[in-house]
Amino acid sequence: MLTKRIIACMDVRDGQVVKGVQFQQLRHAGDPAELAQRYNVEGIDEVVVLDITATLESRQALARTINAVARRIFLPLTVGGGIRSEDDAAAAVNAGADKVSLNTAALKRPDLITTLARRYGSQAVIVAIDAKRRDSGFAVYVRSGTADAARDAVEWAREAESRGAGEILLTSMDRDGTRSGFDCEMTAAVSEAVNIPVIASGGAGGLEHFADVFTRGHADAALAASIFHYADTSVAELKHYLRDRHIPVRL
Amino acid sequence: MIALIDYGAGNLTSVRKALTFLGAEFGTPQSPAECARYRALIVPGVGHFAATSALVGTWRDTIGAAARAGTPLFGICLGMQWLFDGSDEAGDVPGLGVLPGRVTRLQGLPEQGLKIPHVGWNALQNPDGPGPSLAPFTGRLLAGLPSGAHVYFTHSYAAAVTPACVAATTHVDPFSAVVEHGNVFGVQFHPEKSGEAGLQIIRNFLEVARQC
Repeated sequence: MLTKRIIACMDVRDGQVVKGVQFQQLRHAGDPAELAQRYNVEGIDEVVVLDITATLESRQALARTINAVARRIFLPLTVGGGIRSEDDAAAAVNAGADKVSLNTAALKRPDLITTLARRYGSQAVIVAIDAKRRDSGFAVYVRSGTADAARDAVEWAREAESRGAGEILLTSMDRDGTRSGFDCEMTAAVSEAVNIPVIASGGAGGLEHFADVFTRGHADAALAASIFHYADTSVAELKHYLRDRHIPVRL
Repeated sequence: MIALIDYGAGNLTSVRKALTFLGAEFGTPQSPAECARYRALIVPGVGHFAATSALVGTWRDTIGAAARAGTPLFGICLGMQWLFDGSDEAGDVPGLGVLPGRVTRLQGLPEQGLKIPHVGWNALQNPDGPGPSLAPFTGRLLAGLPSGAHVYFTHSYAAAVTPACVAATTHVDPFSAVVEHGNVFGVQFHPEKSGEAGLQIIRNFLEVARQC
């Protein structure tokens, strides 16, 4: 039976993991390869590396980061943040990324989805959607959530699928950083509208939030960042919790 | 020395990194004639079956002859599908035909959350008996692997459970996840992305190649 995936996201700047994190147990605080290795031992299903600066200098550091992670852990590895062109995607893939995540660039140039899907296969192309609730539906935001794209998340997810996206990474901007739980209604609305897997993101705080998004939210996978950085919620603990609630996971 | 066949179907970086991690010596033959210098062949690949049309002709003849002569051959994902007679995904492109059968599209069941493509970690089970079970695996490729081990899939097409199948996976219906017939091996998933279980499978193939 296909299991629900637990994905760890690492926000990276100049080759170092950032975000309020406690790294006491790591030799080099903030080293992405070392953190990924810890997640791997704990049973993470996938890793996402997000370049949060996406400047030219950080791009070169990013390639080294991807290479360092991909040399040591043999799990699906996604790279996102500032992938604007076929060349950006090629640099990530050549460094060892299995998938690239497109956000602003996909809305600006939807044909980039198709171009990359033709070159690397749909399985390598994730379209990331940052969305906020509004009176009716869910509004898509771009440029790290600062600009209203004047699109509806459900409709944009459908278009992304038809253009060749292999997965949707859906982040609730209302919930992101609040630790108050995933937006299950929004996740369910997108998940039911497309046939490709939907990864829920934004709001993970407790173990019950993951159970919620897999049941009520119909998510295929759930992504979190800071919750896994803290030693008090390990991936292994989360997976045992889910299994006890009859949610299929890889243990 | 292992030959990694690069026919432009997707990115081989991950497979290269896994082989390097395991200490394997490998190279990428630039022409079919160079294949004779290698003791085993790996055909990787992701994407559309039509991409294997790059192998039609001398490559296909050479790899087919090597396999029939006993050279260990390992197909990964699209590379495994290519071992069969052909695929419904690209009906006019012939497969290698060293395993009988055709690759067909998976059926989804969206109302139960079983989508196509089949993406994620799923279990390997023994295909013998009335249905897939947790009985121990047979064959060389799965040596040391517990039945029920999870591996990472991403595909929309698969081969049915045939006599060559040594592990099946169920996504609505069971399909061939691992095939083994003499010196011919194939996996529908990505062992280079399947954690320790995947590395063990690659290690097992390297051992087959070493003993050959």
